[in-house]
Amino acid sequence: MDRKNFIKKGLMGTGMFITSAAIGDVMKNDIDEIKELEPLGFNHLPNPESFVMENTVLHKSATRGHANHGWLDSHHTFSFANYHNPDRMHFGVLRVLNDDRVDAGMGFGKHPHDNMEIISIPLEGDLEHQDSMGNVAVIKKGDIQAMSAGTGIYHSEFNKNKDKLTKFLQIWVYPNKKNVTPRYDQISLDENERHNKLQQILSPNADDAGVWIHQDAWFHLGKFDKGFATEYKLKKQGNGIYAFVIKGDFNIGTIALNERDGLGIWDTKAIAIEALSENAEILLMEVPMAL
Amino acid sequence: MLFIIMKNILYIGRHPEILETVVRLINNNEDWFGAGAETDETAMELFQSINFHIVLLGCGIEPESEEKLRTFFATTNPNCRIVQHYGGGSGLLKNEILSALENHNMV
Repeated sequence: MDRKNFIKKGLMGTGMFITSAAIGDVMKNDIDEIKELEPLGFNHLPNPESFVMENTVLHKSATRGHANHGWLDSHHTFSFANYHNPDRMHFGVLRVLNDDRVDAGMGFGKHPHDNMEIISIPLEGDLEHQDSMGNVAVIKKGDIQAMSAGTGIYHSEFNKNKDKLTKFLQIWVYPNKKNVTPRYDQISLDENERHNKLQQILSPNADDAGVWIHQDAWFHLGKFDKGFATEYKLKKQGNGIYAFVIKGDFNIGTIALNERDGLGIWDTKAIAIEALSENAEILLMEVPMAL
Repeated sequence: MLFIIMKNILYIGRHPEILETVVRLINNNEDWFGAGAETDETAMELFQSINFHIVLLGCGIEPESEEKLRTFFATTNPNCRIVQHYGGGSGLLKNEILSALENHNMV
């Protein structure tokens, strides 16, 4: 008898597990949550390629965690699932930045979440969402979805199209309050509003532009012509900002960034941004640096 | 000869389906033993029966309960790591456990 079964058997004999406890795999769950993914790809060990300077950290695209499961190809800026890198755990309350490609007709089956603010930004194709709150929705390029998992929800996400892949960013932000009532929000944005401008897509305020979450965070998207330059002023003292290049090349301050690179900056009031290529796209995530 | 010591992990959460899911995910790792409790009383009983290395606090635990549980666990076994679990599934679970073990040099 192995040790797991030995402990299980011993405790069952005490009557300790009645209705409110689960131990080992005695209680089978019929819910088809995400099957645990096997370790795949590379960067599953710590790597020294985070360039940490006085108040910045640079994550080059190629140093991200990578897992290719066939139907799902995912790059993780921060440790996620089987990608564990103690140097890449989070940037302030920004905990997950996954860059996912899902094959036609495929997706994530019903799976649980709790106590997390989850934001999805489709970059290509359509993503169908269903959840335990009764929401059924399709999000497409130009939309943004926010979900407060709070006390617990189940949802599924599938590529709605049978003939083309979908690409999207999934971002997890630690909430500023635990155990909130779960909620779902989705809006369509006018992409013209980000041409040579920073378009606010998320804030802490329900009556402000974009979706809102339970955190003092502000997200912006920009799509810039080559040579266009602007500045982003942080909205809250003590916050940091994480810039993620969706497409093209940028300079942030004196640091050059290429497609899918990420740069975190703290102890600053503003950052200077310049597009170095045509139709360059960037996502800025201003977040508290501590819970 | 190399001996691998099983790490015992207790998950406490008020959402029964998430509780079952998290416990099953923990037990998918052959080096980890996972147990779960939905109530404070069951959690404390379990804690006295098994030498847990990590306690994961899941969703729905009221602030008063959390304070009571933290005090009880810290008093009963000061070596046990108490970790707030976020996300409710496989996304962060493994990293939370590995981080807790690393911080205690238990890997």
